[in-house]
Amino acid sequence: MTIAELNKIRDEYADLVKVRKLVAEEGAKLAEKTGYRKQVLVCGGTGCTSSGSKKVVEALESELKKQGLDKEILVVKTGCFGLCALGPIMIVYPEGTFYSQATPEGVVRVVDEHLKNGNVVKELLYKETVHEDGSINPLSETAFYKKQKRIALRNCGVIDPEDIKEYIATDGYQALAKVLTEMTPDEVVQTLLDSGLRGRGGAGFPTGKKWMFAKGSQGDVKYVACNADEGDPGAFMDRSILEGDPHAIIEAMTIAGHTIGAHQGFIYVRAEYPVAVQRLKIALGQAREYGLLGKNILDSGFDFDIEIRLGAGAFVCGEETALMTSIEGNRGEPRPRPPFPAVKGLFGKPTLLNNVETYSNIPQIIRKGAEWYASMGTETSKGTKVFALGGKITNVGLVEVPMGTTLREIIEEIGGGIPNGKKFKAAQTGGPSGGCIPAQHIDTPIDYESLSAIGSMMGSGGLIIMDEDNCMVDVSKFYLNFTVDESCGKCTPCRVGTRRLCQYLEKITSGKGEMEDLDKIEELANHMKSSSLCALGQSAPNPVLSTIKYFKDEYIDHIQNKHCTAGVCKELLHYEIIADKCKGCTLCARNCPASAITGTVKQPHVIDVDKCIKCGVCESNCKFGAIIRK
Amino acid sequence: MNEKTLSSFKGTDAQEKQLMEVIEKHRDQQGGLMPILQEAQGIYGYLPEEVQKMIADGLGISLSEVFGVATFYSQFSLTPKGKHRISVCLGTACYVKGSDKILEAVEKYLGIKSGECTPDGMFSIDSCRCVGACGLAPVMLVDEDVYGKCTPDQVKKILDSYLEKEGGNN
Repeated sequence: MTIAELNKIRDEYADLVKVRKLVAEEGAKLAEKTGYRKQVLVCGGTGCTSSGSKKVVEALESELKKQGLDKEILVVKTGCFGLCALGPIMIVYPEGTFYSQATPEGVVRVVDEHLKNGNVVKELLYKETVHEDGSINPLSETAFYKKQKRIALRNCGVIDPEDIKEYIATDGYQALAKVLTEMTPDEVVQTLLDSGLRGRGGAGFPTGKKWMFAKGSQGDVKYVACNADEGDPGAFMDRSILEGDPHAIIEAMTIAGHTIGAHQGFIYVRAEYPVAVQRLKIALGQAREYGLLGKNILDSGFDFDIEIRLGAGAFVCGEETALMTSIEGNRGEPRPRPPFPAVKGLFGKPTLLNNVETYSNIPQIIRKGAEWYASMGTETSKGTKVFALGGKITNVGLVEVPMGTTLREIIEEIGGGIPNGKKFKAAQTGGPSGGCIPAQHIDTPIDYESLSAIGSMMGSGGLIIMDEDNCMVDVSKFYLNFTVDESCGKCTPCRVGTRRLCQYLEKITSGKGEMEDLDKIEELANHMKSSSLCALGQSAPNPVLSTIKYFKDEYIDHIQNKHCTAGVCKELLHYEIIADKCKGCTLCARNCPASAITGTVKQPHVIDVDKCIKCGVCESNCKFGAIIRK
Repeated sequence: MNEKTLSSFKGTDAQEKQLMEVIEKHRDQQGGLMPILQEAQGIYGYLPEEVQKMIADGLGISLSEVFGVATFYSQFSLTPKGKHRISVCLGTACYVKGSDKILEAVEKYLGIKSGECTPDGMFSIDSCRCVGACGLAPVMLVDEDVYGKCTPDQVKKILDSYLEKEGGNN
């Protein structure tokens, strides 16, 4: 394919995709030109697929066919829209109406009433988009989307990721064309340096510098690799980008190949992401078919191809040297740095390794220029960051905000606050390597430096919100259990240190802790930080240290008073029946698996603390609220 | 290998032939051992010592090297899995929403622990770290089916539905 042919496809399909960005009359006018009166976008990301979006699409397609509407209404399966908690999600353009929690039955109504007769089915819409006076907001005007700025996610939930033409229609592969014809490799590196883009995998190393080192390395064979081993539990940014916009990664890696002088790329992706792998395979196939990958790309004489390698469930493989060892077919153990991958990486050759989100920004930076990107964000952290918002938050999902946005804005405005009237307790960023941010720091702007300054880290983008029902000692035990499982065992500080730290936490949560344990934890943690081989061990103590820093009272309460305020640590709590409230219905006694509850009918019952196994069945069964957990 | 499998290895000739083709396909690929193990597990359902030996011989490397890689990654299993594989997500988003209680309920109902298989070979339980469906937390998977916003009291009904599908033989 030549650049002229690329442009022809773009011009042909541009309007079709543009309809999804315009709403109301403007969109309707354009829609007429495209031949499709309406377009229905259904999310095909992992979240919505799990809530049944496949059945919704099937019902939609068969109903449209039945009604003879399949020629005038286009159904598009997209990547993640971001509001995973409301899935399956369905949007109708040009109106921009947003149907949430769609069902096959609901879809039949939408086809009948809305698509056929033009009457929006209001009661099936996301309730925030419907006003009291009956008017309807497009999705872009909701609190969840308004404050977001979608750069890395620009095509997620907009295009069909399985159709390369839709990516081309959004100026896809134009950056590659520019790099191949108008820019020198040095200019590409300079653009990235000027843009201020930093690694989105968590460490925040300037991307331009990485490219400069890889480009400067001597070697006949070099490699480009993409880290899609998103192991941080509760994080799904990279998965969503791979599922929603796979060509952006392919384009960026090809640009990287041309810049540093590599002809082979590898994408190392978790096997736990079957949808992402499938979409990537389709995208790679289409890119080859269109001459955008393989030999003589865009008729420029440049050759580049990409191979997918699957992980097999090892968290440590997200660390760059371990990832490369794994691609080489070995146990995924890290190796000491230096030498850095840019000098001696994959198969001993100079290798450029970036994370998915980092790559997804690059084609746009090349196309729109470094100044455009650098105009967003803060002094030291430019651009935007994608977060996977999860835990105790109303709008669970994927959000992208400019750097410098405060946690409060993300939690209260975009996230819609904490559900069930509970109080915010802490936000956790950076997963098992990061730390907890307490309520007093909720106004901290999100950028690399500010988060490090308060003992947490940017991390790859997992943002877990916790409320008063979460015990912070238990949470750090959870993370330590995770690192104990995932420590590869190569170096002693991590292998033994994580286990010892975990034992201290188990001691404390079981009521056997002593005050001096806290000092021992800190001492051990500092040794691990300074002497572990890779980032996994160096950062494993962070969850403990940051919770001790901000929630020391809670640790002391566990140690001195043998008490867990949140009511999570089983061995520290007990159940009691309030005699005044108990009606003697016997329901609890009949359901108690340990026969720990005794009493006669219509008389208050009693729990035998020695027999009680603290399963909580009695509390959840009691209709009178007579059983309390202390 | 001290976790010797209870049932002895029963590989068929057809499976072996398939495995040999897989080994042949990846023989000259740099770092081909991982893809081979992945495909071998697809063929046999797990990676018993016999299969690892065939791979080692096929690639001309030592059994210990194959064993080292097979035991490093949590997705490779040296023991057979149940006909229906249950995995409960213990990722952070699911954990803060109480997925440990789901796992407990599953273990209690089936009378086995995580990592084990029921004696009739019907179910095996594993915990996993994040399937990326955090919007639906807590999440449990049975084979490919995802059960989101799960509660401990739904567990019995969900698992029973798989037994019913088997025709009530159990």
